[in-house]
Amino acid sequence: MFESLTQRLNESFSFLRGRKELTEENVEEGLRAVRQALLEADVHFQVARDLTARVKERALGAERLAGVDPSQQFAHAFHQELVELMGPEDARLSFAKTGPTVLLMAGLQGAGKTTTCAKLAKRLRDKHQKRPLLVAADVKRPAAVEQLRVLGRQLGVEVFHVEGVTPPEVCKQGVAYAKAKGFDLVILDTAGRLHVDDELMTEVADIAKVTQPDDQILVVDAMTGQDAVNSAKSFHQRLALSGVILTKMDGDARGGAAVSLKAVTGCPILFVGVGEKIDDLDAFHPERMAGRILGMGDVVSLVEQAQEQISEKEAQASYEKLVLGSFTLEDMLAQLRMMRKLGPMKKVLGMMPGMGEMAKNIDVDDKQMNRLEAIFTSMTPRERLQPDVLDMSRRRRVARGCGQDVGAVNELLKRFKDMKKMMKQLGKLGLGAGLGSKAKKDTLRGMTDSGELASGEGGGLLGGLGSLGGAMKQGIGGLGSMLGGGGGPSPAELASMMGGGGARPSGSSATRKSGSKRKDKKKPKKSRKQKRK
Amino acid sequence: MGLLDRLKQRLSKTREKLSDGLSALFRGGRPIDDQLLGELEELLYTADLGPIATELVEDLARMHKRGELKGEDDVREHLRSTLLARLDQAGGEYDPPADPTVILIVGVNGSGKTTSIAKLAHRFQNQGKSVLLAAGDTFRAAAADQLEIWAQRNGAQIVRAHKDGADPASIAFDAVDAALARGTDVVIVDTAGRLHTQKNLMDELNKVRRVIEKRLPGAPHETWLVLDATNGQNAIQQAREFTAAVEVTGLVLAKLDGTARGGAVFGIKDALNLPVRYIGTGESLELLEAFDPEAYVDALLGKHLGTRTSQGA
Repeated sequence: MFESLTQRLNESFSFLRGRKELTEENVEEGLRAVRQALLEADVHFQVARDLTARVKERALGAERLAGVDPSQQFAHAFHQELVELMGPEDARLSFAKTGPTVLLMAGLQGAGKTTTCAKLAKRLRDKHQKRPLLVAADVKRPAAVEQLRVLGRQLGVEVFHVEGVTPPEVCKQGVAYAKAKGFDLVILDTAGRLHVDDELMTEVADIAKVTQPDDQILVVDAMTGQDAVNSAKSFHQRLALSGVILTKMDGDARGGAAVSLKAVTGCPILFVGVGEKIDDLDAFHPERMAGRILGMGDVVSLVEQAQEQISEKEAQASYEKLVLGSFTLEDMLAQLRMMRKLGPMKKVLGMMPGMGEMAKNIDVDDKQMNRLEAIFTSMTPRERLQPDVLDMSRRRRVARGCGQDVGAVNELLKRFKDMKKMMKQLGKLGLGAGLGSKAKKDTLRGMTDSGELASGEGGGLLGGLGSLGGAMKQGIGGLGSMLGGGGGPSPAELASMMGGGGARPSGSSATRKSGSKRKDKKKPKKSRKQKRK
Repeated sequence: MGLLDRLKQRLSKTREKLSDGLSALFRGGRPIDDQLLGELEELLYTADLGPIATELVEDLARMHKRGELKGEDDVREHLRSTLLARLDQAGGEYDPPADPTVILIVGVNGSGKTTSIAKLAHRFQNQGKSVLLAAGDTFRAAAADQLEIWAQRNGAQIVRAHKDGADPASIAFDAVDAALARGTDVVIVDTAGRLHTQKNLMDELNKVRRVIEKRLPGAPHETWLVLDATNGQNAIQQAREFTAAVEVTGLVLAKLDGTARGGAVFGIKDALNLPVRYIGTGESLELLEAFDPEAYVDALLGKHLGTRTSQGA
């Protein structure tokens, strides 16, 4: 029925292929396609207009990424804008701190309030261990109370109703009943009402006044057209809406109403109704919804493709920047290896002026060094470059890999943290940036020959350290403790010892070549996404 | 109060908005230009006209290029005649031709089927016909109770199952059976709301239809799709799928008493040529009007054509 957005975008951008930039002029075509797609998805026209303007800004502001098709980049910008508009993803109900949590459900006739009340009662009972009470306050529609009672019976949830009193009174008594009987959740099912019906809108406002709900939820049919904005506005004026539930999402409506609702009320979309069964209530996922609005599947894959390409490029750049600009486990390993090249640890320390005595006391065991190195080499290159990813499960794996316990891994990471802190101070002195950068670059590209010796360039780390002199007390202490345990050589001495060293960190590791490059690149995408949220 | 006036009053919210917008566009003697036409397109979109809005405005743009549009009145008149031409004239009041006449009512969840059936029963009874309702919604909790309450208020007969989950086809069969035995004029068969994407439920609907036909050849005489006027472009998809499953012959446009305009009917006419029979304009029983395309379009555009003299062009 609708020309898909993909087709449109492809047409609009066919002339763009091979060009370098998205410009004001050539973006205009695409924007028309975007607007059309939004309108066909029933996004309100004003919302569509604002959105289009923002997409334009985003598309023009974005740096053209090599290898990414302009139409893809454009669709990606559009998708992101939609996701941001409809987010955040983890919208939650607010539960009362004391007494029962009261949820007021309101909406137009036929939106699906009663069914949603039952679904919500089940979900909150099963997933949040709530003890819900359903209050039937729809005295308008014939048999509405009976409908809720039947649903309540099916669920095993009590339904409260009083004959012959006004809906606000029913609700008030319902909340009192819940307090008295120890229910910790009250769901108020109100009658469907038109937003232009002043009398009924006053009534629902009264219900809110007498029950002071913790959440006031608007229930909206996902098939709603342009009018979604009008009704949502009116409900929002009379109630302090805190969330929206979209129903009938199991149909094929594009669901542009979701965008309009979010834009008009600013309320998060809490749940979506996705079927007739009482379990069919899902959390809302802005990403999926954006894909749906963009046009069912085909655009989703286009966007995903674009996202992957864009993320990969962006990620690669930011990854390198991050890795090259900071102290990582890779650096620490490089230092360790360099130290070892100088000879057995005890001897090295012994050679240091004034360290002889100390060396005897410090239990510098070369086997320990081996164990230390084993921990490093049991990590993936990515883990060494981005130590933050080392969660418990990764640490356990590393421990298994090197035949030690997790405590040893934790200890190493703790020392790493100390050293990193020190390196940051070095950075402030203008010395941090180049630390081990060549090694890391090499590791990134997976091409350093193991054990390769310095060719004269680089050697930055040790030279740097050497010239630092006394400025790095804490740091070398850290290095020392990494190596041997307690104490550590005096900074000045250690520094002078390493001072002349021309050897550069080899940066090589036993496992680096086995690390799959693709895998390395994919993962940062996730962390980037998290940042966006 | 004439039908036209009543409809206009019901649609006043709708009219105010669109015609205000239309007049507002031309306020201050703005000439017709691309920007104005763009804003006009957006106004038409808010009536849920969908892509038709673009077509209409493109027409206007072409006419403007040829110098055929002097100002607001020309624009309004062109819109009126084009919109009218795009509505099926065969709709409106239905005169039950047979005894009994069987009307099958279908639609998505919450579109307003049961309420529309109550209103239809009321209307046919006022025309001196006897009406029997078949409570074929055996899925939704207490749906039969809801219909029964309406039947009692109307004084209509009802055939219903007394437990949930009964076979809707057998209830429809029994209802036609009863109507034949009692000599009832009109049988209106309610069905459970279902989304048009649910294949098995659409098949079930088809079975209801087949069973009715089996009991009374030629029945159901009409199959009406009840559309929620607040629905947007998805209404066209609903019409398409329900027509494919049960040969829909007409539309009932419910909930036209808010600010929604139900402009999707234009798209449905385009795609399927389905006439609109009735429109629901309020909650009480008598608020069901026979659809009048002229009144509808006038209400949509505002009646007072030419009260504002255009200074444009």
